[in-house]
Amino acid sequence: MTPLARLLVYLLAAPLIGGLLAGLDRKISARMQSRRGPPVWQPFYDVLKLWDKENMVVRRSQDYYVFFFLILVVFTGGLFFAGSDLLLVVFALTLAAIFFVLGAYKASSPYSFVGAERELLQMMAYEPMIILTAVGMYMASGSFYVHDIASRPRLLLLTLPGVFLGFVFCLVIKFRKSPFDISCSHHAHQELVRGILTEFSGRTLAMIEVAHWFENVFLLGWVFLFFASSPLAGVCAALAVFVLIVVVDNTCARVKWPAMLKWAWLTTLVLGFGNILALGFF
Amino acid sequence: MSLAGFLILVPLLAGLKLLFVRSDGLRQWTVVVATVLLAAGSIALTAGWFPGRLEIPHLGGEVAGAAMLILEVAMGLYIAWVGIRRRRPLIVILMLVQLLPMLGWELHNSRELHAGSNLVIDRLAAIMALINGIVGGSICLYALGYMREFHSAHHPECRDRRPFFFCLLFVFLGAMYGIVFSNNLIWLYFFWEVTTLCSFLLIGYRQDKESTDNALRALAYNLIGGTAFAGAIILFFKGSGSIELSVLIKSIPAVALAPAALLSFAGITKAAQFPFSRWLLGAMVAPTPVSALLHSSTMVKAGVYLVIRLAPVLQGNRIGIIVALIGALSFATASFAAVCTSDAKKVLAYSTIANLGLIILCGGIGTHEAVWAGVLLIVFHAVAKCLLFLCVGVVEHKLHSRDIERMSGLILSMPRLSIMIQIGIAGMFLAPFGMLIGKWAVLKAVVDTYPAIMLFVVFGSAPTLFFWMKWMGKLLEVTKPIVNVEKGIGRGEWFALSLLTAITALTCILFPLISTHLVEPYVIGVYGQSGRLAHGNFVIMTIMFAMVALFPLSFFNYGRRVKVLDPFLCGMDATKVSRFADTAGNVQEVQMGNYYLKETLNEPRLFRIGVASGVALSVLLFAFLLLP
Repeated sequence: MTPLARLLVYLLAAPLIGGLLAGLDRKISARMQSRRGPPVWQPFYDVLKLWDKENMVVRRSQDYYVFFFLILVVFTGGLFFAGSDLLLVVFALTLAAIFFVLGAYKASSPYSFVGAERELLQMMAYEPMIILTAVGMYMASGSFYVHDIASRPRLLLLTLPGVFLGFVFCLVIKFRKSPFDISCSHHAHQELVRGILTEFSGRTLAMIEVAHWFENVFLLGWVFLFFASSPLAGVCAALAVFVLIVVVDNTCARVKWPAMLKWAWLTTLVLGFGNILALGFF
Repeated sequence: MSLAGFLILVPLLAGLKLLFVRSDGLRQWTVVVATVLLAAGSIALTAGWFPGRLEIPHLGGEVAGAAMLILEVAMGLYIAWVGIRRRRPLIVILMLVQLLPMLGWELHNSRELHAGSNLVIDRLAAIMALINGIVGGSICLYALGYMREFHSAHHPECRDRRPFFFCLLFVFLGAMYGIVFSNNLIWLYFFWEVTTLCSFLLIGYRQDKESTDNALRALAYNLIGGTAFAGAIILFFKGSGSIELSVLIKSIPAVALAPAALLSFAGITKAAQFPFSRWLLGAMVAPTPVSALLHSSTMVKAGVYLVIRLAPVLQGNRIGIIVALIGALSFATASFAAVCTSDAKKVLAYSTIANLGLIILCGGIGTHEAVWAGVLLIVFHAVAKCLLFLCVGVVEHKLHSRDIERMSGLILSMPRLSIMIQIGIAGMFLAPFGMLIGKWAVLKAVVDTYPAIMLFVVFGSAPTLFFWMKWMGKLLEVTKPIVNVEKGIGRGEWFALSLLTAITALTCILFPLISTHLVEPYVIGVYGQSGRLAHGNFVIMTIMFAMVALFPLSFFNYGRRVKVLDPFLCGMDATKVSRFADTAGNVQEVQMGNYYLKETLNEPRLFRIGVASGVALSVLLFAFLLLP
């Protein structure tokens, strides 16, 4: 496929797949708690319903930040699937996340303010590992371009096992799943006030939801990249990682932020950095 | 007369004149004219109205050299006298240790001490001149109004010594031009010492105890570097019989490495890297224009400039690795330390140390990729950091505090200024602005040479994001009705701020021009090849920039189709916005504060670790120097 074709497929399929994954998440979670759970299509119904709700804000400009968050997340995924430079993809992702945090700051309510601070802590926790993943892939394949990395004949996982594990660990933080759902919990039943999301409602909340779908598909696409030489294994691995994260979400209690920082950075240091040093020496 | 000599002499003469100007009007005119001349001269120099490499064989070399020798002795005696009067034996010793051998050596070898060309202008010098002329010039314009207000409204206790102050500003600029143009190491050393002396006098401008102490500390630390500098010149002359920087860079390692190590060490002290960082943090007691000058266009930039110049010698050897490690260490430590403080100027100071660390890291790595990244970082850092310092200076005058926590709601109380600060912050760390392109290139350069050093770069970037973002958030957050207090900011200040804001944004758009016309030719001239940003990536960056630039357009839709409510306070609303009833039924004001992670990170401990590691690395540097 040409980059343009891949980009188009991504733009059309990502919201669908992302929404279905969100539905699957709720289904698995429900089953783990001996509930029936909503239908898999429920996230789509939710978004459609949110779209028609009245838009309530604290500060009039807070929603614009969220709109740009959505656009930039879509853009980030587009860069990735079009085969662009991985570091550039990481920077675009950071830019997107920053708009989200600024929106929460702008909302100026104590809960969203604390949520924004905590989201920054989460970003601080996962960012080193994300950059190391890009660097590790570069060292293994000789190129920062997703396109080149994907067309490498050997399985990247074999050269980057530590980086892979570290990346999956940090995905839990990036997905805001327990034990690291510090800025806001993804499931409404876990808390009454949803941290960074507190002051967003209606259409804006729907946009955040859709942005998460795009983001999740992009991140799982990155998991796929570790297995790109055998696509079937890649799709299975991405799904398995997603299910694993959902299971972890349902079996762990939230930790405090110092623990998150410590664990995330220790993982980055030992697994990610250790792996890269080993690559440098051999 | 050549353009280089013009650029060195104009600020010196302007400074001399300003020393005797007492009236505000005349001072204003002199400063404006001098600034325009400098900016125009720097642009002319850069725009290539000269052949690619212009060598000026004898700019009255003999006379200038003799004058410098006399001035050097005078400065040395003055500093020694300051050391005696203030009872700082260290300063006296450091000064004598460099002055006496230099003097003896210069007089003894006076016949052989000739440089083929005393001043050399290449692209790197042109870039530095441009920064010095435009950024330094706008600081001088800003200082006009700022210093008037500083004395009349805010610090009546401080003696008004503005003629002296402006004289020093311009002498400083002149010395900086001297540093970047000098090829003769003795000349370079002279200008180097002039900046040391000027920074000492400017930091101590307020003449209270704190200022004097910090100024003396800055002096002592910089004299350590000066001593290393003097040693390097003598050592290099003994080894090669030359005193030219351009010869040093092309010499074989056996001759060049030891002097280059000493010069890099001097650069590290001037660039306030660990273990010498404390002087730069202390320097913020001075009035804001001084901080801006020290942090952005002059002083610390002289240090990194020298290390970047020496990069070819440092490439791929033990000395280079140590220099790179000192830079990497400073980057990571200072970035973490910046998280702990709410003093805006201190945050900026730590961020300066961190970013200079990245540039020193580039110099230590010394590959063509790294040098390309380093020069870009110098450009982008100068502009954005200067903008931020000048903004904080105005905010400090208006709010009577430079605490970031007090800047809550600045977007309403000073909308234009707060947007400028946001652009400056974005320029410091966010894609698609300049600094980020630089960091990106640094990362690639590190991965290709010493992957282990990446540890510092990767972990140092994480807190960078945190401390800039929480500051930006604080500017945006609004809890109560706020009145606009932006009136009464002088024209000079607005002009400087607007210019720097525009340049911060423009460097982002014009980045490929800066890279292809200035940075790449220099790097190719030295290495035969250069790092660059792939065309595709540049297109993507431009798209990103366009998207960010579209953001303000969304405000056309301001307040349409939304229902405005009070923030959620968990059902405890006490009738008015931003108040709530506590469990005892008392009405409380809502207060929101940023995280500073003080217990987790512990700034003093971090600083001690940084200094200890810095000392260890410096010892290692000298050990490698002495060992064969």
